[in-house]
Amino acid sequence: MKFGIMVNEGPYQHQASDTAYQFAKAALAKGHEIFRVFFYHDGVNNATRLTIPPQDDRHIVNRWSELAQEHNLDLVVCVAAAQRRGLLDENEASRNGKDANNIAPGFRISGLGQLVEAGIQADRLVVFGD
Amino acid sequence: MTEEHEMEGEGGVIKKFMFVNRKAPYGTIYALESLEVVLISAAFDQDVSLMFLDDGVYEIVKGQDTKGIEVKNFSPTYRALEMYDIEKLFVSKESLEERSLTEDDLLVDVEVLDHTQVAELMAAQDVVLSF
Repeated sequence: MKFGIMVNEGPYQHQASDTAYQFAKAALAKGHEIFRVFFYHDGVNNATRLTIPPQDDRHIVNRWSELAQEHNLDLVVCVAAAQRRGLLDENEASRNGKDANNIAPGFRISGLGQLVEAGIQADRLVVFGD
Repeated sequence: MTEEHEMEGEGGVIKKFMFVNRKAPYGTIYALESLEVVLISAAFDQDVSLMFLDDGVYEIVKGQDTKGIEVKNFSPTYRALEMYDIEKLFVSKESLEERSLTEDDLLVDVEVLDHTQVAELMAAQDVVLSF
């Protein structure tokens, strides 16, 4: 089956990102396809490479980056939600005159159309959040 | 998703999308960002409907005034949905009653459904996005 995944909550604050990650990993292990993972609301904070969790804790951001690299996943962060919350890639930073960017490897910033497209293209769109 | 719900439109597949709004308009950003997805979805020629449940019914209550909390009052946007051909708005009867609200308190035309009808309508969707 082809899944779309939506993550609506930030890392550590809420379990949504953990559960979405476990779901994605399990689905891939069973041979399913992940069309796209879309990060919205505070979920965009899953994409900042500046995250520094304690050493004995899971690294939620790196875990997504690694899964993306391993399975060629499309991790998309909503641009409007990201800008509000200070999550930028190089392009967005220079376009908005900011002196830094913080997006983690494997993530890309794009529009909400990518979410709607995931709903259309995937057999199931699974939403993780409150 | 079930196969019989999918129709082939000119631009490809048309799916039934339902946006379920369950939260009060202010206090969290869910309602505002949900509306942003709804507006984008209009560009994709899908079969879009909105469901207002629980505190989500407050999103479409008339006479919202947000000056005191210094947050933008985005409720006029719900009235503009019609221009985007988004005309299927449903409200839970029980959620209205629990809050002593009636259809007259709402700023848009809606269809009021009881929970059994809400469940049936949700079951008939291809994509349900809950905010």
